[in-house]
Amino acid sequence: MSDSQVVTGNEVVVHDAAEGAHHEHLPYQRHHFETYAQQSDATNFAMWLFLLTEIMFFGGLFTAYLIYRNWYYPAFVVASHQLDVVWGTLNTLVLIISSFTMAMGVWCAETRRRRGLVISLSLTFILGLAFLGIKSIEWGEKIEKHHVPGFHYSLQTFLDPASDPKVHKEYPKDQPLRLDMARHTEIYFFLYFAMTGMHALHMVIGVGILVFMIVRARAGAYTTGHVTFVENFGLYWHFVDIIWIYLFALLYLISRHP
Amino acid sequence: MSSSTIVSLPDQSTARVPKMNFISKENGLLSWLLTGDHKRIAILYLVSITFFFFIGGALAGLIRLELLTPQSDLMATDTYNKVFTMHGIIMIFFFLVPSVPATLGNFFIPMMIGAKDLALPKINLLSWYLYIAAGILALYSMMTGGVDTGWTFTTPLSTHYLNTNVVSTGLAIFIAGFSSIFTGLNFIVTIHKMRCPGMTWFRMPLFVWAHYAASILMVLGTPVVAIALVLVVLERVAGIGVFDPTKGGDPLLFQHLFWFYSHPAVYIMILPGMGVISETISTFSRKRVFGYTAVAFSSVAIAVFGFFVWAHHMFIMGISNYSMLVFSLLTMLVAVPSAIKIFNWAFTLYKGSITFETPMLYTFGFMGLFTIGGLTGVFLGTSGTDIHLTETYFIVAHFHFVMVGGMLMAFLAGIHFWWPKMTGRMYPEKISQFAAVVTFIGFNFTFFPQFILGTLGMPRRYASYPPEFQILNVFSTAGATILGVGYLLPLLYLTWSLKYGEIAGENPWQATGLEWQTQSPPLTENFPAIPIMDHEAYDYEWLEGQKEKVASVG
Repeated sequence: MSDSQVVTGNEVVVHDAAEGAHHEHLPYQRHHFETYAQQSDATNFAMWLFLLTEIMFFGGLFTAYLIYRNWYYPAFVVASHQLDVVWGTLNTLVLIISSFTMAMGVWCAETRRRRGLVISLSLTFILGLAFLGIKSIEWGEKIEKHHVPGFHYSLQTFLDPASDPKVHKEYPKDQPLRLDMARHTEIYFFLYFAMTGMHALHMVIGVGILVFMIVRARAGAYTTGHVTFVENFGLYWHFVDIIWIYLFALLYLISRHP
Repeated sequence: MSSSTIVSLPDQSTARVPKMNFISKENGLLSWLLTGDHKRIAILYLVSITFFFFIGGALAGLIRLELLTPQSDLMATDTYNKVFTMHGIIMIFFFLVPSVPATLGNFFIPMMIGAKDLALPKINLLSWYLYIAAGILALYSMMTGGVDTGWTFTTPLSTHYLNTNVVSTGLAIFIAGFSSIFTGLNFIVTIHKMRCPGMTWFRMPLFVWAHYAASILMVLGTPVVAIALVLVVLERVAGIGVFDPTKGGDPLLFQHLFWFYSHPAVYIMILPGMGVISETISTFSRKRVFGYTAVAFSSVAIAVFGFFVWAHHMFIMGISNYSMLVFSLLTMLVAVPSAIKIFNWAFTLYKGSITFETPMLYTFGFMGLFTIGGLTGVFLGTSGTDIHLTETYFIVAHFHFVMVGGMLMAFLAGIHFWWPKMTGRMYPEKISQFAAVVTFIGFNFTFFPQFILGTLGMPRRYASYPPEFQILNVFSTAGATILGVGYLLPLLYLTWSLKYGEIAGENPWQATGLEWQTQSPPLTENFPAIPIMDHEAYDYEWLEGQKEKVASVG
């Protein structure tokens, strides 16, 4: 028992049961927390942990990306030229602005401005929809060109760049790929769809929660001092935004370094 | 601030089951299905995992029956493939991973740290619903044709060559994974934010430390297997090519993603069991756990090292020699914190007042069998011997020594240890001691011959085998029968004890943990008021002081 401490005369001391009644219990404090500070601390911490699991979730896809990009770099460059950087940049801007409106929303909730909160959340909602709209236009283009892996995937544009005049004009230096390397563009497009698809799924969930929040915010739910939900949703929204910024750089800008 | 003492150590002979407790508080099915009480959710989990355990066990029985004879005669070979696959999937994802954490952990972590509940009760309930949804989906997959990939979903076998229910089973495990993530997340938040006044990190019971370490693995590892299974499903449904060599994909990538979770997963399974052992061994030798701090940190060390050993499952899959060297070395490092635990438990016994109640018998079973399982793990972590022994019955025996001999023994130790607290009634001591011994004997009969079979070269996952292996297989099947009796007995007498068991009282083991300092079964809020912790964990001198106090007052 070398490391035990000898403590004598101890007892388990408890708050007197009656004393609990004197605590000020805010209406939104759950019964199993001692104080409201403990409650908001715990829920914020839980949100950060959840985002950690999200990082690991996307991490699997990023690992796959890293490996295949190193192996099939020429295919990745040429395939990435199929993406429209203008749309991508626009979407990045849309998301960054939506993060700003979301941050404004959190501030409005903290300073108890109901109108401001509803406006900020509504703007975030609209920008979220705009992002999804632009994304679906981009996906539509890929479907038209048969660039969806597994569904009649077409190698035409990679074997013969001239057959796609629009992209060829923009990237005249792109050489035709040999057949085996051209086939690896399918891996690139798989990663493109998996990563942007998983991201879009998170956006859809976020937009759905925004609707719920707007309804509740109009009723004044978040402007009474209980802002944990808005704060945590803000964290989620910023996280989804950051994931996009990585995706934009990794998927759209592969060949854009000097 | 006024304070009062709630500790009392009442005479067990006069104890009554308290009228007001978490079970009697509300009645009706809905009060259980919509509950936020961590204790009720733990009971829901206990019933569900017991159900899945016996399904998995029945499948194990079928496997052993088939292997009684060298020919494949009881079932067709592809049926056999489905049976061992479903046995693995159900036992791992629906029994072992949630076994101790979701039942005992869920019930006792808040009580041990002096909290009223887990930090996120709704998430806790959600995790049980996800578990049930996943379980139903898995059973549906089994009933409508099953799956025969092995529990490892090895690509390209699972993506290109088999036409069974890979997709629905994969989705079931995906959902079960989120159930496990939410449990782990809840534990971490609770342990960080809900400790009662005076409950410092180094006053927490080692059970809580072990769950903290396991929760880190659940939170960081499980999302990776989730995405790996999504990729398998996409590869099957759409043929995206990510694991398909003909399109430039790499099947080995799946192995990396899968084992990045599934190796830490064995620590998710064993660490909570180790937590149980720390509690029982201290209580039944009336001593503080030797080297408390070392045992606490060894849990965290196992969790950290556990993340960097996954490629030892891939030594025969064509990874580079350098990888083999590094992963072999790292694998052996995990043996160090595991050995720290075993040695410290052994030293706890030294000069203790040891008694042999049922939980302690299971604990001794754990220590012996886990040590054998752990040491044979070093053989398999050594790349040279691994190439000889992997994919033989040696690996089956190793895994079952750790998981069944280790984890399941620990689970049963914990169930018996805390049964009086959970239900307010004692289990019958004599018959349960008998069951513990039967389990130990049956286990060794079942799995020890498999070590020999493995070194002789009998491959795993085949319905038939050369006739010279029959004698050892007969031993193994006979042992499995005894083992089955050992597992059925607790089911029967524990159910019996719910109504007829002797009334336990607050603290039948005279243990020091906070969970024992309140009524059994506890109130919904656990304690009449939030306790203040002012002594170290496993402080038996403190407990003696309490007894004297009660005696002098009484």
